[in-house]
Amino acid sequence: MISGRCAACKNQRRKCPSDCIFSPYFPANDPQKFACVHKIYGGSNVGKMLQGIPTYLREQTANALYLEAKWRIHDPVYGSVGIISSLYEQIKNAEIELAKIQTQITFYKLQTQHVEAEPNSEVLQSQSSNMEQFEWDNPTIASWFN
Amino acid sequence: MGGNSPCASCKLLRRRCTKDCAFAPYFPADEPHKFAIVHKVFGASNVSKMLQELPVEQRADAVSSLVYEANARVRDPVYGCVGAISYLQNQVSELQMQLAVAQAEILCIQMQQQVEEDPPVMMMMMPPPQLSNENELSHHHYFTTFGSSSTNNVIHDSFKRQNVFGHDMVS
Repeated sequence: MISGRCAACKNQRRKCPSDCIFSPYFPANDPQKFACVHKIYGGSNVGKMLQGIPTYLREQTANALYLEAKWRIHDPVYGSVGIISSLYEQIKNAEIELAKIQTQITFYKLQTQHVEAEPNSEVLQSQSSNMEQFEWDNPTIASWFN
Repeated sequence: MGGNSPCASCKLLRRRCTKDCAFAPYFPADEPHKFAIVHKVFGASNVSKMLQELPVEQRADAVSSLVYEANARVRDPVYGCVGAISYLQNQVSELQMQLAVAQAEILCIQMQQQVEEDPPVMMMMMPPPQLSNENELSHHHYFTTFGSSSTNNVIHDSFKRQNVFGHDMVS
């Protein structure tokens, strides 16, 4: 049974050997995948890159190359670097926002602690006025200090 | 530039560097690693095609981003830039989660403060208890009335118990 050619061999108009390095990762039913990587990296470069990778990692490599190629086609000037740059910007903005909110939380917490401390001073003041009254009302005790 | 000093690409490709060399403005001779790495990953002819498809003023940025991508691919032959993007996306998600938690916390604090500043309306609207004896009022002014009848009964009973002037308080 003759199996069909992979997308790479179809694109290159050649026979697809049984040990074709591209065929597991560039199936015939997804011609766009190989077309993208071929446009950006070139077929032979992709083959060289895949050969330098252990077999169990080649699928991830082919998929990552496809993604980068797609992003480069979509943005010919910046490619995936444009996405990285945008993510750094998002991170920076989120960190600034987070720092602002955390500062506000700290401020509110300090405010609450200050308010909770205040009633104690009122109690102390009323106690001291009660003490003064006590001394005046009790001549015996008042005499101890005279 | 052409002439005596070939650019980095023409040096590597061992060819004559002409005056209108497409690579010369972006791959100077003193930075040979720049061209070497883009050639390794993309291939010289692909880089040349990509640059030719761009307006001249965008070519320097394109070269910089190609060098960056090629470096990432050499550092991580499996994932290249995709690995960095994945990592950064996780960071963004993590920060967004922290932001959501912090925003919820501050909302909580603000609501708590609002409740403290504006106490429940019900307590303000209930009239003070009617007492026949003004002296009783001065001793029991700290009692407040509530909505439930059981609470009213408790308050009524406490008025009776704390009868310091020797006569009953019957409301």
